[in-house]
Amino acid sequence: MLAAIGVGSLEELFERQIPDAVRLREPLALPAGMPEQDVFEHLRELAARNGDVEQQLSFLGAGMYDHYVPALVDMLTERSEFLTPYTPYQPEVAQGGLQVMFEYQTAISELTALPVSNASVYEGASAVAAAAYMAKLHNGRSSIVVSEALHPHSIETLRTYARGYGMAVREVPTRDGVTDAGAWAAAIDANTSAAIFAQPNFLGAVEDAAALSEAAGAGSVEAPVVVAQVDPITLGVLAPPGECGVDVAVGEGQPLGNRLDFGGPSFGLFAAREEYLRRMPGRIAGATEDLEGRRGFVLTLQTREQHIRRERATSNICTAQALNALAGVVYLSWLGRRGIVELGELLLARTHYAREQLATIEGVEKLHEQPVVREFALRLDADVAAVRRRCLRAGVNPGLDLHAHTGRERDRGGLLVALTERRTRADIDRLAEVLAGAIEAERPAGAQAEKALA
Amino acid sequence: MSVTAADRPGSEPGRTIFQKGAPGRRAFVCPQHEVPEVDPRELLPERLRRSAPPSLPEVSEPELVRHYVGVSKRNYDLDSGFYPLGSCTMKHNPRLHERAAALPGHARLHPLQDPEHAQGALELMWRLQGALAEISGLPHVSLQPCAGSQGELAGVLLSRAYHEDRGEQRHKVLTPDTAHGTNPATVTMAGLEVVKLETNEAGGVDLEDLRRKADRDVACLMLTNPNTLGIFEENISEIAEIVHGVGATLYYDGANLNAIMGLSRPGDMGFDIVHFNLHKSFTQPHGGGGPGSGPIAVSERISPYLPVPVVARGADGSFALDHERPKSIGRLRAFHGNYGTFVRAYAYICSLGADGLKDASQTAVLNANYLLARLQEQGLAEYLPLAFGELCMHEFVLSGGPMKRRLQVKTLDLAKRLLDFGFHPPTVYFPLLVEEALMVEPTETETKETLDAFAEAVAAIVAEAREDPEVAAGAPYTTPVRRLDEVAAAKHPVVREAL
Repeated sequence: MLAAIGVGSLEELFERQIPDAVRLREPLALPAGMPEQDVFEHLRELAARNGDVEQQLSFLGAGMYDHYVPALVDMLTERSEFLTPYTPYQPEVAQGGLQVMFEYQTAISELTALPVSNASVYEGASAVAAAAYMAKLHNGRSSIVVSEALHPHSIETLRTYARGYGMAVREVPTRDGVTDAGAWAAAIDANTSAAIFAQPNFLGAVEDAAALSEAAGAGSVEAPVVVAQVDPITLGVLAPPGECGVDVAVGEGQPLGNRLDFGGPSFGLFAAREEYLRRMPGRIAGATEDLEGRRGFVLTLQTREQHIRRERATSNICTAQALNALAGVVYLSWLGRRGIVELGELLLARTHYAREQLATIEGVEKLHEQPVVREFALRLDADVAAVRRRCLRAGVNPGLDLHAHTGRERDRGGLLVALTERRTRADIDRLAEVLAGAIEAERPAGAQAEKALA
Repeated sequence: MSVTAADRPGSEPGRTIFQKGAPGRRAFVCPQHEVPEVDPRELLPERLRRSAPPSLPEVSEPELVRHYVGVSKRNYDLDSGFYPLGSCTMKHNPRLHERAAALPGHARLHPLQDPEHAQGALELMWRLQGALAEISGLPHVSLQPCAGSQGELAGVLLSRAYHEDRGEQRHKVLTPDTAHGTNPATVTMAGLEVVKLETNEAGGVDLEDLRRKADRDVACLMLTNPNTLGIFEENISEIAEIVHGVGATLYYDGANLNAIMGLSRPGDMGFDIVHFNLHKSFTQPHGGGGPGSGPIAVSERISPYLPVPVVARGADGSFALDHERPKSIGRLRAFHGNYGTFVRAYAYICSLGADGLKDASQTAVLNANYLLARLQEQGLAEYLPLAFGELCMHEFVLSGGPMKRRLQVKTLDLAKRLLDFGFHPPTVYFPLLVEEALMVEPTETETKETLDAFAEAVAAIVAEAREDPEVAAGAPYTTPVRRLDEVAAAKHPVVREAL
């Protein structure tokens, strides 16, 4: 090979190209390589030091949920044909990936009742920021109004991006667990580019989406772009954003057939009304025909994109989350038209049961009375961190310590509890028992009793 | 290429899952509610409810499996053949990584699990941070960015934050005309303005142009090294001096890191900020276009502004997520990054070790130069000359200009004809400054036999074109579909199935 190249040694290739001043002369300070089985053992050992959802009875949610992932999702996402190609730059040999994107777009469009979807973006929180950037490109206005009941990570991400593209972010407070409708309407003015709420919101409460859109002036020329951050698994039972006056729906796609993976990778969904199609970020697959009139698919509307439009692109996003979106569309097809509703009804029923059971515990009250689908917030009359520690020792993760997560004073005492179809009635009863015991031990009276015993 | 669905009798190409099945069919069986039934209206008032179910498919599990297995066979993939897509580093994806990432302790770990119950994951992230710092020569790492493009956004926002903290408002970012499209697009999203730099005759940054444009309004220069022409910037030290001389930062787009691991380090070249593409240099499978992962490493002076959270090791040896960084640019996404990709990248680094990473880069450069030499043999170089220089790093760019003029065969035609020979074509028409560009990156995991076979296929196509250029112009012939009407697709977009 060296002879064909016309160099005398491998070293010559580098000597002639990399200036001496920036050549690394010492070996990298990294361990030596290992055989496959040793690497696997090392990674297995690291995995064993994590409290995964097989080891704990977990009620953690707050953006990612332990739903059952059907075996066929694993089988399909592990196929070489889906796992190892790249972005379909050559559509003649990427019809598989492109068709999956097209099917995914159709499924997301159906689920959200919005006519157009892209082929996915990174994940849920940055999808919110991407929607706000699209709104800026759409109407050129200067500020964003956002319900403070969005996931805190979404608001933080939005603020990071908005500082970059130069927009002010204004938060609207909650009232009784949902976005304060009066404050929402008052915050929106002629400078508002996007108005954003979450459905269900961070506290698990179902917002009156239609009322929020209407209050934002949806449908009028003066209206901002109304954006809803949705949990897709709830859309079998909740009125879809497209039927609630929403212009753009974004969301975290993980509940749809994706693993927890300690937070990623997953995918962000992004769907909108037709008028936004040419300003959407990311890849979009479209149907067309080949020379012989056969149906086929291509990446389309690429003049929006960075590789063509460069500094005038509608987004810098390059790749989508194709493999995660594949899991999403396979999962939705597996659930099917009736399954998505049945699963939603199951979540409603079990979540209601869990909420009522837990609210009967001495020292526990509901944080709000709003309808919930799959997650709800409680207020404990005890130190949440201490209660959680006791529960964890009993092998139960009762949910998220709201104050520890948000740092907000009014979240003190808050516990956010999430359900999936994997949590059975027996699991819920076990949670109620362990939580009751932990609270009793941690409440002032209980603590005194313990001291007396000691 | 294997037999495709299009060739099989009875199959209908392009028929989607929405056009299959029948009302009432299903794969999913819903578990019992197990809890007392409550009036649905009590659970959810009518006005908040969905009135009609979404028209998702109604298919059985066997139909579902056949459909997607059939669809998958209409893809060309790296496990089936050579995929020399320039700037994409399509190297082999070891299956060990998939097995390790699927372990429940990784795959079924909730991101909000208490840190004391996620020590293995945090340690893995901490170790990966350390390895990336060592490879890049920059000490502080954030694993947060979702992809290279988001790593770039982080980089530009970091530059901005750095200057603002010093009381300076700088609004310009320099990018060479050979830069990846994500660079200028990112600059705009970060609220700054792109200033293009010209390329000199050697294929590097034009130093005179840089000196003219480098002023106190410049926040940052974004550079790929080796650049998208596969050329190592011979003046890198001088470039760094000019950029730092006006107080600006130097950003390294890590798309081409596969050329230099263990051979040269961005930090030692004077870069302040680097992003890595774990799906390129570190073998996260490309997944048909994602997921990616774009961690960043930065110098001391940039570290206060890193996105939150960062994994830190405490005095007692335990690992924690550090959110207390008052000067941080903030969060770029939910949770802590694409952890699943960290498991794979870390497994790769463990497998190869220091010597193996260096060997990978050396072999990538050797393979690229060998393939370049084969494609510059007599009879080919006249039609497809190397655009710049003589040697290359891990990739090279040929110009199809002479081929187009002399044979009426465009780079696109050559690319499409390669499909009939069973190869994925290189990246085409990028970088933009090369006429009819053909950008080839073979990677280190290909054998000499594969490289030879590819070179012979290109030679055969050029020979064929000398006889009859129409053959290439009409290619491909053997793929599931032939050339597709992209103009019609964009003019009248159909982006979902009509139901």
